[in-house]
Amino acid sequence: MKAKVHVTLKPGVLDPQGKAVSHALQSLGFEGVQEVRQGKYIELDLDETDPAKAREAVERMCRELLANTVIENFTVDLEG
Amino acid sequence: MKAAVIVFPGSNCDRDVAVAVDRIMGTKPIMLWHRETEVPDLDLIVVPGGFSYGDYLRSGAMAAHSPVMREVKAQAEKGVRVLGICNGFQILTEAGLLPGALMRNRGLKFICKDVHLKVESAGSDFTRGYRDGEVVRYPVAHHDGNYFADDETLARVEGQGQVAFRYAHPDGRVDDAANINGSRNNIAGLFNERRTVLGLMPHPERLIDDHLGGTDGVPMFKSLLEALS
Repeated sequence: MKAKVHVTLKPGVLDPQGKAVSHALQSLGFEGVQEVRQGKYIELDLDETDPAKAREAVERMCRELLANTVIENFTVDLEG
Repeated sequence: MKAAVIVFPGSNCDRDVAVAVDRIMGTKPIMLWHRETEVPDLDLIVVPGGFSYGDYLRSGAMAAHSPVMREVKAQAEKGVRVLGICNGFQILTEAGLLPGALMRNRGLKFICKDVHLKVESAGSDFTRGYRDGEVVRYPVAHHDGNYFADDETLARVEGQGQVAFRYAHPDGRVDDAANINGSRNNIAGLFNERRTVLGLMPHPERLIDDHLGGTDGVPMFKSLLEALS
């Protein structure tokens, strides 16, 4: 089973990198981009075949290591 | 007095701080490799600066979960003094020994220069050699020093006097223009509630010798020596 984890900055936490990317897009002529928020995407290949158990395990991984919940939120999508 | 310096793959201020501890505190610290699981009883643990584990995932994230950190946490709980400098501060927040997080600098640049700091609290074993409100000059060298805590946490650490240092002007004024990296409330250094753990982004160990530009870092190690001997 594959887990796809997205880690994103919490709303309200300043994202200077996202801002820089947004400015770069503007200077390239891309218009109409309101805001850019940058995050991380992590793929995990798991032995677990039970979706509920897999989700529980990956959420624990996120809380303990993959995300810093002081500043970041995470979502977990399972496949296969 | 027994001191230790933790060494991770990618630490690069471990030897500087070992020299500072040796010269000022008169004790050669033991150097503890990150895989160490058995640690003797200590009086002071230093988590040094550098780029532990290449800053993979987030600065300090991997180091915070390395085997030796379990021991550091256990000793910190017993009240052993823990000093985290730069990457060490990042590791201590990731390990949950200090509240908040250190994010990418507001201006996105790596900042390597001397900065002025206002000593917010001289009431600790780390800072008793300074005066409240005194301005010191320490070097900084970091990319991720932008201190963040949510409103509730910030109010709590401010209310409990946990702020040790703030980025300031040479005359001691604290404002946004003196805030080099966007840290909330200009926080450059922070204690835990019991003031037995201190994390700070600037480097006291780099200013312990006039030949290297100044001695503003000396009182921190003298403070610890006084407190712990």
